[in-house]
Amino acid sequence: MKGDSRTLSGERRRKTILSIVLTVICIIWVLPVLAVVINSFKVNTFVKTATFALPLGEMWASFSNFVTGITLGNYNFWQAAFYSLFITVISTALILLFCSMAAWYIARVNSLFCRIVYFVCVFSMVVPFQMVMFTLSKTADTLKLNTPWTIPIIYLGFGAGLAVFMFTGFVKSIPLEIEEAAVIDGCNPVKTYFTVVLPMLKPTLISVGVLEIMWVWNDYLLPYLVLDRTQYMTIPILIQFLKGSYGTVDLGATMALILLSIIPVIIFYLICQKHIIKGVAAGAVKG
Amino acid sequence: MKKKRSSASVSSNLIIRPIRRYCWLFLLPVVAAFAIGFVWPFIHGIYLSICKFTTTSDAKVIGFGNYLKALSDPTFLHSFWYTALFAVVSLVLINILAFAAAYLLTQNIRGTNIFRTVFFMPNLIGGIVLGYIWSMIFDGILMHFGTSIVLDSGLGFWGLIILMLWQQIGYMMIIYIAGLQAVPEDIIEASKIDGASKMQTLFRVTIPNVMPSITICTFLSLTNGFKLFDQNLALTGGNPIISTIENGVFTQIKSTEMLALNIYNTFYGQGSTARGTAQAKAVLFFILVAVIGIIQLRATRNKEVQQ
Repeated sequence: MKGDSRTLSGERRRKTILSIVLTVICIIWVLPVLAVVINSFKVNTFVKTATFALPLGEMWASFSNFVTGITLGNYNFWQAAFYSLFITVISTALILLFCSMAAWYIARVNSLFCRIVYFVCVFSMVVPFQMVMFTLSKTADTLKLNTPWTIPIIYLGFGAGLAVFMFTGFVKSIPLEIEEAAVIDGCNPVKTYFTVVLPMLKPTLISVGVLEIMWVWNDYLLPYLVLDRTQYMTIPILIQFLKGSYGTVDLGATMALILLSIIPVIIFYLICQKHIIKGVAAGAVKG
Repeated sequence: MKKKRSSASVSSNLIIRPIRRYCWLFLLPVVAAFAIGFVWPFIHGIYLSICKFTTTSDAKVIGFGNYLKALSDPTFLHSFWYTALFAVVSLVLINILAFAAAYLLTQNIRGTNIFRTVFFMPNLIGGIVLGYIWSMIFDGILMHFGTSIVLDSGLGFWGLIILMLWQQIGYMMIIYIAGLQAVPEDIIEASKIDGASKMQTLFRVTIPNVMPSITICTFLSLTNGFKLFDQNLALTGGNPIISTIENGVFTQIKSTEMLALNIYNTFYGQGSTARGTAQAKAVLFFILVAVIGIIQLRATRNKEVQQ
């Protein structure tokens, strides 16, 4: 009995120590983000010389970095934020809707053509973007897909691989009887799909949605090469542009913009944390 | 009609026939976008790799000259070895640390959810932004030693490793946690009753049981390492540049430039005459990544059979 209680308290002590160690690592983990916060309120000249000092006294810049940052490089930050948001939302919506529809068709009809489409989708997942970037940007130019309003079509095409793959895997696990019942009740395929199949796909819709949102929102090279850069920039393009041409000049303002661009991401993460982690795990295991 | 009966056993004709009539609605949008966004650029890319061109309309077939040029380009070879080294080092470190974190977080420690949330958070920040956050931090430290992340290729290498650890550990940790939670409690109990120490249980029971997760994570970090672009561009941009004169040939090598960035710079940084070479490099890069992907598929399948 005595030995038992000793190992128990030893176990508890071990866990407390582990908790403390993990807490310390956690604090280290958020330091880079804190550094961004600190420096976005710091007078520019001190960002390089006193990166880790708190912005107190003469270093305190208040919100001036944000004010200069928003119009830095003669490009309005909110405009870039709007394009980023628009492209992300529309692309994700298109991918979710059309790829789940295609996946249902592929899984149910299963003709030779379907199998070819499916195979090419899986194949596209191993192709790195550099392989197609030059020809893709030329194709987009020719077809006038180089605006934020039309680039979602490119995302639908380039993102179809993973989405179709994940949706098809899930549709195959749905028993056919439910759809048969709907058809017998007089539903046409469109109605069957939207009232019966789509609701059942909800977990996969969330997983795929999370993956696509994270991809499109953070994507740099595809929109950089496809969009007409003189008119349209997304947040990553704007930040790269500013850092390349203005970054050494006004690091404080760049940090302010970086802070503005990660705040919505972190809020999104904290709200949908459970879904995000689940979605990422599902995507990784399958892809 | 008779041939179709085999497929009818998979899914009933009752469903298939009406769906087929809606092919244009269900399949066409994705197939059309996929053709524009992937299939055509891919085929066109393969074709252009054997052409001399400055833009897509003036392409002339010249055979495999581009490939020879690509393979004899010292910057390409340098970036290949640099990328391979980077991928292997980051693979080992990411997986060991991510597994350790996952192992600790499945021990019923208080605050597990908060730790998991924090470790995963960097994943949501895009590569470009990540690169600039870390370049500010590294330069803030290195300034006191009179150097910078873009001045020393060794620092550039380890800086990128640190960045990738920060970003990827949380991601791999999630996959490992899922794997660890799937290990049946009773076999761990059984090994305890048989008198196995904690270490023995970990190495003889737990790790063999999470092999599928280990395979997935290993390959994920390997392909991530090979395909890395944004972080590389934002953190060092390939700098510092090292100039050498060998046999009277003057070459400039961007010492921290990885494969994807090298291809990008060949396309857009060296004038339009190098584009054929760049496309050939891209095809070689694709083959490399695809081979890793196929080996991965094989490996995961074999593991599934064993399970």
